[in-house]
Amino acid sequence: MNTSTRSLLLEINSLQTWFDTRAGTVKAVDGVDLTLARGEILGLVGESGSGKSVMGYSIMRLIDLPGRIVGGSIKFYGEGTQNEDLVNATSDRMRRLRGSHIAMIFQDPMMSLNPVLRIDTQMIEAIQAHAKVSNKVARDRARDMLGKVGIPSPEERLQAYPHQFSGGMRQRVAIATAMLNKPELIIADEPTTALDVTVQAQILYEVRKLCRESGTALIWITHDIALISGLADRIAVMYAGRVVETGLVRDVIAAPRHPYTAGLMGSVPSNNPRGKPLRQIPGMTPSLSNLPKGCAFAPRCERATVTCQQVPQESPVGAEHKVRCFHPIESIPAQSRHDRIKV
Amino acid sequence: MTASKSEALLELQGISKRFVQRADVAEKLTAKLTGNGKGADRVVHAVDHVDLAIRRGEVVGLVGESGCGKSTLGRVITGIHPSTEGVMRWKGKTESEMTGEERHAMRLAVQMIFQDPMSSLNPRKQVRDIIGEAPLAHGLIKKDDIDSYVEQVMQRVGLDPTYKMRYPHQFSGGQRARIGIARALAVQPEFLVCDESVAALDVSIQAQVINLFMKLCHELNLTFLFISHDLGVVQHISDRVVIMYLGRVVEVAPTEELFKAPNHPYTKGLLSEIPRIATQPREFVPIKGEIPSPLHPPSGCHFHPRCPYAMDRCKTERPVLKQIGTNRWSACHLNDADNKPAGNA
Ligand SMILES: Nc1ncnc2c1ncn2[C@@H]1O[C@H](COP(=O)(O)OP(=O)(O)OP(=O)(O)O)[C@@H](O)[C@H]1O
Ligand SMILES: Nc1ncnc2c1ncn2[C@@H]1O[C@H](COP(=O)(O)OP(=O)(O)OP(=O)(O)O)[C@@H](O)[C@H]1O
Ligand code: SF4
Ligand code: SF4
Ligand SMILES: [Mg+2]
Ligand SMILES: [Mg+2]
Repeated sequence: MNTSTRSLLLEINSLQTWFDTRAGTVKAVDGVDLTLARGEILGLVGESGSGKSVMGYSIMRLIDLPGRIVGGSIKFYGEGTQNEDLVNATSDRMRRLRGSHIAMIFQDPMMSLNPVLRIDTQMIEAIQAHAKVSNKVARDRARDMLGKVGIPSPEERLQAYPHQFSGGMRQRVAIATAMLNKPELIIADEPTTALDVTVQAQILYEVRKLCRESGTALIWITHDIALISGLADRIAVMYAGRVVETGLVRDVIAAPRHPYTAGLMGSVPSNNPRGKPLRQIPGMTPSLSNLPKGCAFAPRCERATVTCQQVPQESPVGAEHKVRCFHPIESIPAQSRHDRIKV
Repeated sequence: MTASKSEALLELQGISKRFVQRADVAEKLTAKLTGNGKGADRVVHAVDHVDLAIRRGEVVGLVGESGCGKSTLGRVITGIHPSTEGVMRWKGKTESEMTGEERHAMRLAVQMIFQDPMSSLNPRKQVRDIIGEAPLAHGLIKKDDIDSYVEQVMQRVGLDPTYKMRYPHQFSGGQRARIGIARALAVQPEFLVCDESVAALDVSIQAQVINLFMKLCHELNLTFLFISHDLGVVQHISDRVVIMYLGRVVEVAPTEELFKAPNHPYTKGLLSEIPRIATQPREFVPIKGEIPSPLHPPSGCHFHPRCPYAMDRCKTERPVLKQIGTNRWSACHLNDADNKPAGNA
């Protein structure tokens, strides 16, 4: 899927979101560039704590003090809008966009759910906030959506409270709620971590259907590389507040060019012998309030040289494939690529 | 089951947990007026007569569909939920056979890492206190050692020790999950229930935590009940795997045998769906038929509406968990000699 030939929905440039803490400024997102076309599915992977959720909150403009967006732009080309920069949008405007045009499925499902309200109340409210429909119509839509995400006995479950659900059921309610108004963009933050493969497949089926039929674009944040390899069109890899590699899924997964991405692939359990210690990337995650100068991965990188004391800029290594690295791993011929991964 | 009574660290016999969701006044009224009978209390059979014995030093994987009762079973084991029925023995004794001291020791020795770290961490406490308070209160460390102890535990799970004065909301999802792991490890438990504990971690940090678990298992003989939907992880670290379906245990087997030759039709279906890393977009298929609900579990074998081998008998008769080989148990009528389907071993 080529972003330039499809109509652009989201364009993030040099985004910086920082948190002031007593121990210093945490540069959670520090110069992220990303684009997303209508109907496109982007997989966002990366180190725990590298700024994936904060980037999602930034698009939703849900960053509270002491956090703030200190630089960059988030252009949203939604229906009936032109060249709107969400960084400068009023809070009133954001309230109207959230839920109807842009929805986020939070990593912690309880962030999307009110613990003291029944599920039906919450879902009906979410529908009626953006559409004038009767209670009956809203309720039916809510029930159908619960069924689509694989909640058995949806009619009866509508009357339950969040604490009466299992972890995975809460995740599914949050997914269903985000899909209710067919938004143009859904940011899904690890929405299926507690779901078994069968239910996961059911949800991915519905999600992809929504993308194809309504042109909804998706940013799917996950640690599950097997899942994202089958779902996404493109993939972006984050490390320490920056996107270090982007490209088509098949290119990035079959032949990662950034040393961090390559390290990640090596840690996947199915790429390791059973019962033996799993390969891990050596060293510690850097502290975001005290990043090394230059490339943040340098202290852990076996390819590092003195050049890496500079900040590497994003540079192309193939069609639609870009990395931020001075010494990217050599491309290997397409022929032998398939030997490197287990399919 | 596989372990005899004397060597089992933890033993469950016929453990059940039911939740009653009371119908509210409005529902009762509508039911009365329309006569559709939906005004009754709803009962969820979250855990239904589970038998299980776990040896010291064993890593047991617990796998099953979302909502099948895995977390509830973990909560019953750790004493958060009382069981509705059944007997649980810790080191050979039921709770009522224990002295107050023994009960106290058990509560400390059996720890759970919760699936949902945010709601299990006190938002008003700094990480230093979240991790350090319990070991201090139980006399595992001295007051002067709390900082160095907390730093050491944080480092083991890959958390930056300089973050110890932060509050839970200042962490990322995966960092919070590791606070939960650190808190449980800090009291030096003997038995750890890990509920989706590594799902929120990137694969490299996941590797670090799993390697830590395996090390603790080898060095300190720590015992694990490892709940996970990630079959790759389960296969990697478990000695034995327990498969649950709608509140019941349907298969128990040593890991390698289970992955090589699953017996129960549900297990077979589950293993055939393990997602592999692909370089082509995958088609996702919706679930066929209706997903059975724990509010109205199907009669007989709970799996029969989805089972490709279902027979008449399966609709009425509950299959019991039977031994089908060394250390192998399965609850399926197909294992009765006269029910073997033609051409299917
Ligand atoms: N309110 C806050 N105050 C200070 N630091 C914060 C705050 N919120 C997040 N951070 C820090 O910002 C960084 C990025 O956090 P974020 O939640 O975006 O990570 P993530 O990539 O989503 O990780 P994970 O995969 O673990 O969820 C983390 O290192 C986190 O500690
Ligand atoms: N406090 C409660 N009150 C009422 N019902 C509950 C309660 N806790 C759990 N349940 C119900 O019990 C069943 C089993 O839930 P449990 O959380 O044990 O599932 P699980 O196997 O851990 O699922 P998941 O993989 O989604 O976390 C579900 O149907 C759930 O709705
Ligand atoms: S820029 Fe240098 S240190 Fe950074 S990833 Fe590339 S080779 Fe390694
Ligand atoms: S008992 Fe019958 S329905 Fe149940 S798993 Fe076996 S064959 Fe299938
Ligand atoms: Mg996150
Ligand atoms: Mg659970």
